[in-house]
Amino acid sequence: MKAVQVQYFAILREQRGLAEEKLETEAPTPAALYDELRARYAFTLPVERIRAAVNGDFVAVSEPLQDGDTLVFIPPVAGG
Amino acid sequence: MFKLSATAFDAPAQARALADDRAGACVTFEGWVRNRNAGRPVLRLEYEAYAVLAEKEGERIIAEAKEKFPILAAAGIHRTGALALGELAVWVGVTAEHRGAAFEACRYIIDQSKARIPIWKREHYADGTTAWINCTEEARLKTLT
Repeated sequence: MKAVQVQYFAILREQRGLAEEKLETEAPTPAALYDELRARYAFTLPVERIRAAVNGDFVAVSEPLQDGDTLVFIPPVAGG
Repeated sequence: MFKLSATAFDAPAQARALADDRAGACVTFEGWVRNRNAGRPVLRLEYEAYAVLAEKEGERIIAEAKEKFPILAAAGIHRTGALALGELAVWVGVTAEHRGAAFEACRYIIDQSKARIPIWKREHYADGTTAWINCTEEARLKTLT
């Protein structure tokens, strides 16, 4: 089991009902963890539309997750 | 320099901060809060940012613009929080010896910023509903057509 800190923003923060949580997971990648959480919390966005950041920078959603990582799921952006 | 601002800021002062005797051109872009989107009346909106990565990605975009175009300086500021109609949401300024590079770099920075920086926009509509832009199927279909 890995312990990861997950931060949520915008539509994901609202659908989860909180901004941050610590999770224990067997998920090998951000994509796998997102799918787990999507099933649990009924996130509307499919994983194909999500980007991920680990420890403050963008990573591929297929990168391995490490124990102690801080993970942010990034829904489609809309600045400007 | 790219930064977020939780409060309103003065665009002319930002442009003056780029002053440089070598510059023959200063191009600025201002994004304002508009009263309609995709045919729906908008009353106000909110921006939320993943601040650390937003500023980092904004700095990367400005560094790219400096590599791609012969410019002297570039800066960007994006608002966060609740904004009213007409408010300044985003500002980009570029100086260069000549106007061509300044226009092109300014366009590059605002286009890349909208596509890449982790900032989200929620619009509040006249009918009382709200939507996170680009995050619903309806909005996605509109952008694809």
